[in-house]
Amino acid sequence: MAPPKRLIRGLLFGIVFGFLLQKGGAAQFHLLIGALLLEDFTVIKVMMSAVVVGMIGVWSLDGRGAVSVSQKPLRYGANVFGGLLFGAGFALSAYCPGTAAAALGQGNFDALGTIVGMVAGSLLYALAAPALNAQPMLSRGPGEIGWHEVLGLRAPPTIAIFCIGLILALVGLDALPEWTG
Amino acid sequence: MVRIAVLFLCFSLAVGTAAASVGSVGAASSGSAWSPYLAGGLIGLLTMATYFFSGTPLGASSAYANAGGLALRAGGVDPRRIPYFEKHPPVVDWEVMLVVGVVIGAFIAAATGGELTGRWLPPLWVERFGETPVLRVTVAAAGGVLMAFGARLAGGCTSGHGISGALQLSVASWVSLACFLIGGVITAHLLYLW
Repeated sequence: MAPPKRLIRGLLFGIVFGFLLQKGGAAQFHLLIGALLLEDFTVIKVMMSAVVVGMIGVWSLDGRGAVSVSQKPLRYGANVFGGLLFGAGFALSAYCPGTAAAALGQGNFDALGTIVGMVAGSLLYALAAPALNAQPMLSRGPGEIGWHEVLGLRAPPTIAIFCIGLILALVGLDALPEWTG
Repeated sequence: MVRIAVLFLCFSLAVGTAAASVGSVGAASSGSAWSPYLAGGLIGLLTMATYFFSGTPLGASSAYANAGGLALRAGGVDPRRIPYFEKHPPVVDWEVMLVVGVVIGAFIAAATGGELTGRWLPPLWVERFGETPVLRVTVAAAGGVLMAFGARLAGGCTSGHGISGALQLSVASWVSLACFLIGGVITAHLLYLW
């Protein structure tokens, strides 16, 4: 088990995270489904804003404190198939692993169903893992790679490109009600 | 670089607060208590803190895998008999505490904002499927099974890939996030609009 100080930090960060998720509407069923129905973009705006601020902030801290920006491994089959499965489950449940906890905190008891399902689903995966890992279709991919490497740029210009794009998208989403009436 | 980071922190806090006061009208019509830009921006600052102090990005899905392994152990089954749990011994770790904290934090936010719901059935669900709590919880559980399986396979969820991996510029995370949205949008349309 991790040292107590680390666990307490996790708890405190979680309290802040849950607080902000709820204030941003991410614990609300109608806003989560609204996003997937492409009718309400509140939670999308929350996520995109977090990515913009976090991208600039975390990368500028790279190498400081405990910060070490690394890449998640790209495995085409696993990321695509796993992603699609996740998305389907997300629409059924409306709450994702993080927002289910937030939804429960807000008093949405149906999130308990999601939570029990996620524990069960994790066990199912644990049992299936050896067979899945043996599938080359799932594990093939370039491994840990970031967009800056793909684009052949250093991190800062890549961050600039992504943040400008995200901010433009946010402006567009915000103007959407006016366009569509 | 740290000075730039700190300057940026102050700048975004200032912008965020300004946006919140202007955007509070927008927040009311969008249904969230705070402006989504403020909440999201502050989550971005939170990720800076978690990386800096804990060396760990925000994530949630692995907490449920740990819970599963711990449940096995509580039920008298040694989880290490399953190869996955031999590689990832189930433990109450930072992320498990994070998820526990999320429940508490969301409760505080909802309670202080008068948004506690205390119900099994969301109104949007009732509109489409009627007063069907058993169906709702079953569908939620089925969704949970798919999400957990998908998240373990993809290596993260909307927090781990969608926020943390995305801000790290991981191609895997942007690919996963795109697929979360594609799968989610199609399924939601089938479930609610078809």
